[in-house]
Amino acid sequence: MSLTGNDVLAGKGDFYTRHFQPTPREDTLILNMGPQHPSTHGVLRVMLEIDGEYILRAEPVIGYVHRMQEKMGERLDYNQYLPNTARVDYLHPLAWNWAYVGAAEKLLGLEIPERAEYIRVITCELNRISSHLLWWGTYLLDLGAFTPILYAFADREKLADILQRITGSRLTFSLYQIGGCKADMDDRFIRETKEFIEYMRSRFPMYKDLVTDNLILRKRVEGIGRITREECRKYGASGPTVRAAGLDYDVRRTEPYSLYDRFEFNCPVYEDGDALARYMVRMQEMEQSLEIIEQALKQLPDGEIMAPKVPKKPKPPSGEVYHAVESGRGKVGVRLISDGSAVPYRVKLRSPSYSNLSLFPCIAAGTLLADAISILGSLDLVIPEIDR
Amino acid sequence: MSEITLNIIRIWAGLFIILSFISVNAIILVYLERKIAGHIQRRPGPFEVGPHGILQPFADAVKLLGKQIITPRYADALLYWAAPILSFAPVAVCFLPIPAGPHARVLDINVGVILILAFSGLNVLALCLAGWGSQNKWSLLGAARNIAQSVGYEIPLLLSVMPILMLSGSLDLNTITQNQGGWPWEWYAFKQPVAFIIFFVCALAETNRAPFDLPEAESELTAGFHTEYSGMGFGLFFMGEYTYMIVVCSMTALLFMGGWQGPFAPGWWWFVPKVYVLLLIMMWIRWTFPRVRFDQLLNVSWKWLIPISLVNLLATALVISLCC
Repeated sequence: MSLTGNDVLAGKGDFYTRHFQPTPREDTLILNMGPQHPSTHGVLRVMLEIDGEYILRAEPVIGYVHRMQEKMGERLDYNQYLPNTARVDYLHPLAWNWAYVGAAEKLLGLEIPERAEYIRVITCELNRISSHLLWWGTYLLDLGAFTPILYAFADREKLADILQRITGSRLTFSLYQIGGCKADMDDRFIRETKEFIEYMRSRFPMYKDLVTDNLILRKRVEGIGRITREECRKYGASGPTVRAAGLDYDVRRTEPYSLYDRFEFNCPVYEDGDALARYMVRMQEMEQSLEIIEQALKQLPDGEIMAPKVPKKPKPPSGEVYHAVESGRGKVGVRLISDGSAVPYRVKLRSPSYSNLSLFPCIAAGTLLADAISILGSLDLVIPEIDR
Repeated sequence: MSEITLNIIRIWAGLFIILSFISVNAIILVYLERKIAGHIQRRPGPFEVGPHGILQPFADAVKLLGKQIITPRYADALLYWAAPILSFAPVAVCFLPIPAGPHARVLDINVGVILILAFSGLNVLALCLAGWGSQNKWSLLGAARNIAQSVGYEIPLLLSVMPILMLSGSLDLNTITQNQGGWPWEWYAFKQPVAFIIFFVCALAETNRAPFDLPEAESELTAGFHTEYSGMGFGLFFMGEYTYMIVVCSMTALLFMGGWQGPFAPGWWWFVPKVYVLLLIMMWIRWTFPRVRFDQLLNVSWKWLIPISLVNLLATALVISLCC
């Protein structure tokens, strides 16, 4: 039985509909964007109160893909849980993989071999490019340009091929292991990665001509969804979203983990905080990732890829650690609490999309419906990561 | 038989030909659009049904016909079903006064331009009914957008047709065509480049083609006014849109590009390629550009197109009154 407007006013409808009602104004429309909507990129639901096309209030409703990732972490031992981390954020799975593995290594006090660290950096940066490429395509799809997504996917396909060689999968990569990596890079992987770097660099000018410099696109993203530094701080946002708002905060820089202090790269920072700034940050991050990969391939040492004597079923001493890495969306953090048994006592996953989404209500208020979709897209949300 | 009876028979026969022409063209256009979109997007497009996917539109049509027709529970059934019919029916009338060749037209009428502009305006009503009758908030938003857009772009469209009418001194599409020559520098597009560009931009907006496809913006309004339609309800809107594209492209070809006139041997073989080139440009634009925003769309019309076309109109009037 579907609801009419009167039913909703009479207090029927689901929990969220009832709590979004009643509105102080009578001439407005309550609109449910999602959970099934082409532009929410998953099952995100946004309740909107609109006056014509202007949004007065927006409220995200989350939890439609809640998979109890944290609870599962408390039931599975350290190695069993590893592939699950790749499912938290399906676009940048290696970052989650790394965050979890890094936290477990801290608990165990493991030193991992240098070559394994290089493999992690290279694959994670490749994954970051593929994540940003997909964002680029879908964001433009939100803005009504149908073609760029296929260009992005054609490039992403090459990345999927490369990463498939080493991880064995094309989407939810799970390569890292407590104490190192599961597989080593072979010559073909290195050759193809080098070719990809050249290829990708030749693609950026075309992207710029076709999309970034397009007048219609500029008008659609310039000055839209301005976020201030204070708001970013208040909501705990991270990643390209805060770097576009003038905060120079990149986990790779501010709290360097692994080998990131060995590479020379820029963290693009823009002051405007609008959708265009977020767009530019991500476009330049792709180029910077290529720089990092190139340097890492040059420095790549020989050696083992697994630390010696890593137990098959680790039982870390009781304690509490936190490990954060920078994913395509922001700061990915894993907090592990161990009680000395083979299964962690608590796994807390800190997802950047969740914090970034909480920015949405305050920046969407007062914008047009089309802009709200542009803003939602520019935050680069991955819904399974929000709900975990 | 009296002349009136003959005329009626002629119109009925003409309508029959037009409807078959529309159907064939819709099929060709659907195939072309998908194929062109495919090649622009670095993929082959439809390839499975028939050689190079040439039978794909027929498969699509069979699929649409076979779909269950659903009326939403709270929809106003009368308005809901009147809308797709009303969106498709008037476009057939729009073809009546269009001359494909020197003698190839159904209705010899000396106010052809007015007839086409009047009947093509009915499309707005259809989309409005569809949005209102669906009892769906997204449809309603799409319909509201469509009305504002159509009102905004009808004016510069008319204002850019006016200089042509003044130059040719006739509302008859055949006379307008005859007043132009076969070579491009004899076209009105050459004499009136501003009007030509404005007319084509307005044509894109009036047919709800990207980058002005706001009423059905699928990333914003799911599918706009036709969110709730299934099967042939949607099919009629779809056919209506493609047919309307042919109408505006034919208008552009006749008013600005010399219609059936060519450097030699005038006839429909000059007219049809011109129309198809314009259609291809429309598709090219659609698959290249992002969508504009609603307020920007209206700003373009009210702040740029209308003033420019007014100035162009006055300048044309001045030149004509001084020179002739």
